[in-house]
Parts: sequence; structure tokens; C-alpha cells
Amino acid sequence: MNRHLISAGDLTKEDALLILDTAEELARVTERSIKKLPTLRGRTVVNLFFEDSTRTRISFEAAAKRLSADVINFSAKGSSVSKGESLKDTALTLEAMGADAVVIRHSASGAPHRLATWVRGSVVNAGDGTHEHPTQALLDAFSMRRRLGGLEGRKVTIVGDVLHSRVARSNVLLLHTLGAEVTLVAPPTLVPVSVGSWPCEVSYDLDAVLPKSDAVMMLRVQKERMNAAYFPSEREYSRRYGLDRDRFAKMPDEAIVMHPGPMNRGMEIAAEVADSARSTIVEQVANGVTIRMAVLYLLLGGETA
Amino acid sequence: MSDSRAVLEAPDVHRALTRIAHEILERTKGAGDVVLLGIPTRGATLARRLGDRIEQFEGVKIPVGSIDITMYRDDLRLRPARPLGRTELPPDGIDGKIVVLVDDVLYSGRTVRAALDALNDLGRPTAVQLATLVDRGHRELPIRADYVGKNLPTAKSEKVKVYVQEIDGRDAVLLMKGDAR
Repeated sequence: MNRHLISAGDLTKEDALLILDTAEELARVTERSIKKLPTLRGRTVVNLFFEDSTRTRISFEAAAKRLSADVINFSAKGSSVSKGESLKDTALTLEAMGADAVVIRHSASGAPHRLATWVRGSVVNAGDGTHEHPTQALLDAFSMRRRLGGLEGRKVTIVGDVLHSRVARSNVLLLHTLGAEVTLVAPPTLVPVSVGSWPCEVSYDLDAVLPKSDAVMMLRVQKERMNAAYFPSEREYSRRYGLDRDRFAKMPDEAIVMHPGPMNRGMEIAAEVADSARSTIVEQVANGVTIRMAVLYLLLGGETA
Repeated sequence: MSDSRAVLEAPDVHRALTRIAHEILERTKGAGDVVLLGIPTRGATLARRLGDRIEQFEGVKIPVGSIDITMYRDDLRLRPARPLGRTELPPDGIDGKIVVLVDDVLYSGRTVRAALDALNDLGRPTAVQLATLVDRGHRELPIRADYVGKNLPTAKSEKVKVYVQEIDGRDAVLLMKGDAR
């Protein structure tokens, strides 16, 4: 495995399966009464969050703590960054404090990549701009594998704001590596121009794709990134691309529904669909901690390069 | 490897396991509270076999599980991160039980130390005992086995490899000559 985890596309099939298998064993640890392992004792993990994110930061924090690493949380608000410090100077400061791993969330695509050239420790991308979010893709793949039994040849449909979604890109790359067939469904305005080079299909018709899907992943409509008119109204979006009860009924009986959260109930997903037994939304959160433990263990658990 | 010889063949392995099973029954007075925990991969297989034998001899079914010690090793930083084995505890857990750890080869004792640490996080047994198919000496920690299949004097440069039918297609213990450094 690489020293850093920046893009889901950097993972070979072997790497990805190793992470998933490791997570499978670690999932058993989270079921027991003492959930802590001594493995990363004496290692320091810095959570460097330039963008608000509660669940990802908490998930990484829980994962690092369960492996006995020391965790330093650094959020841009109220820090030296708001005083004008550059990313590089922040990175060098962390380096001087002896960070073995830096988990970074940044609004600029490519920030983790730059960071990796400045620090000696491992860099884990926890979401950069509209680029990638590899641990989310890993936890999604893990959740799918646990529910569906395997990923080879499985049909996964990702619906919604693909243009602004780092989750979609990471998922497409990883699921392709793992042998699944991905179809993106979105209004034409929310499909990125570069999608032609992605290893996936694109469709504008959700109803046609649903009956052939083993897993349907709904993306959040990212209102905070909607600075232009991508669709006429929320109501129209919801009608055409929302997963409501009728559409849910069109899916095969065994197919599962996923959402990376936080979700807008009633917008991209109906409440009763989100709460159904075939929804993995709550599991995905628990699996997030497990998969991040696996990533931190595999990056930091062995010899230091 | 060409420079290897079998120190135990299949019948020897079977006899050793049978004897250990009897010894466990004897020392624990019928194995009433015993839980067998094998250390993956081959220790877990041997633990299952011991469990089967004890059931054959006395008709008692004793709980068998496995305990992975990878996350508790003291040499993690000396090698790249390794894949994890499986930890599978019997449904009743290990609290108040006599845990017999089962491993294929006892060498430095560091694996057993890691297993004791791992046990500590899983529960509180009344006693912990150790069964090993081969004790090859060269202990680096104050640890000894309660049940030994075969004491095998070795040089540190040599390697001991245990084969089991379920994984390797044959039962045997091989001693391999190391490069004379």
C-alpha cells in the first residue's frame, strides 16, 4: 500500500480487499466490551479540518482512539489559519509536533496532494473540494459487501449531485477496481464534463435504471454549493430524482439503499425509504469507524518508512 | 526447501494431540470449565482438533475459539502492517473459565505474551494454560507451556514449520536448516 491515502484510484484491487478484510476483523472488536486495541500506542494522528464536518471528524477520531493513537483536532475556525497562515506553514507546524498521520478535509481539491509533499507522515484525504473522499468510498464498499455478499459484477447506481460530489468520484473509482458496474444518474446539469473518462455509465432516467440495481446510493443535494441554477426547483428535482416509495418498490427485493449523509429527508430520499430495513444508512456510520481503523492500522501499524 | 526433514510425521502428530487432549482432561479434572483458544492460523486448527478429541474421549463438548494477536504484537513496527487473523470467542465468553491457549510452535514466547494481553481485553479467565505442538526452545520471556507435543532442540538459525491437513494437505512438523550465518 501507498504511504498516503489521497485518491480511491490509487488503490489496487489487492489494497482495497486488504482494507476491507482488515475492517471485517476489526468489526468484531467494536462488538466487544473493551473496544480499544494497543496497536498505535505512541503514534499521533492530527485531524486537520478546514471545512466543517462533524461525522467524518468524529469517525476518524473514534477510529484513532480505538487504536490507542493520540489525537489532535485542528479546525480552521479560531486557529492560526483565520489569522492568515498558509496551508504549508500549518503543515510544517504539525510536522514539528511530530504527527505520524494527518487526516485532512479541505475545500480546495488537491490540498491533500500538496500536503503530502510537505510532511513526513501519512496523509489521509478526508474530503477535498469536489475531488475525492476515499474513506467514504471504502466504507460504502464495505457496507455493500457485507449486505450483498460480494461486489464482483454487482450493479451500483449513484443518484444525484455528481458534479459537486467527491463521494461519487471516489465510489466510481473504487467500485470499478472491485469489479462492480456503476451507473451515475443525475440531471445533465449536475454531471461533470469529465465523466466520459470515468469507468462508469451515465443515465438521466432513474426509473429505467432502478429495476437493474443491486445497490442505490442517493447523494445529498449540496445546497451550499448550489450557487447557480442547476435545476428549476427542489420540488422538480425531488420528483424526477428523489427515491420515494413508488421508486423504492421498483427496485429488486434484495437491493439496498445507501446515503453518505447528512440526508435531506423528503428531498433526495423519502423518510420511509431511509428508515426501511433495506437502508444501510445507519450501518454506514458504524462501518465508517471500522474502515478508518483499518486504514489507520495499515498506514501506521507497520514499520515507518 | 530442499534442506528440510520431517521431525514428526502424521501419526506422530496425531499421537501428540491425543496425549495433549488426555493431559488437558486430567489436569482440569474433566475439562468442565475449559475453553480452547487457538492462535491463528494453525493454532486455531489444532485447537479444533483437540476439542474434537476431548469430545470423543469423554463425551463433553467444550467451547473452542480463536484469538488473533496481531494488534498486540511487540514487533509491529519492524515489518509492514500485516493482515489480521480471526478472533472468535465462544458465545459464553471466557470469564471464569480455564482458557487453554493453543499454538503450533512455541519459540521466543512473544506470541504468547501478546495473546495474554489480548485475553486481558476480552475477559477474565480463572486460569490460563498453554498447549503447543512443538516447543523449540530459545525463550526470550519467562513463559512455559503446560502441554507440549514434542520438545525439539533447535538452533536459532533453523526454522520449524507445522503443516496441518486442513490448510496444507498433510500433517507434519518440518525442521529446516537455516543458512549458516
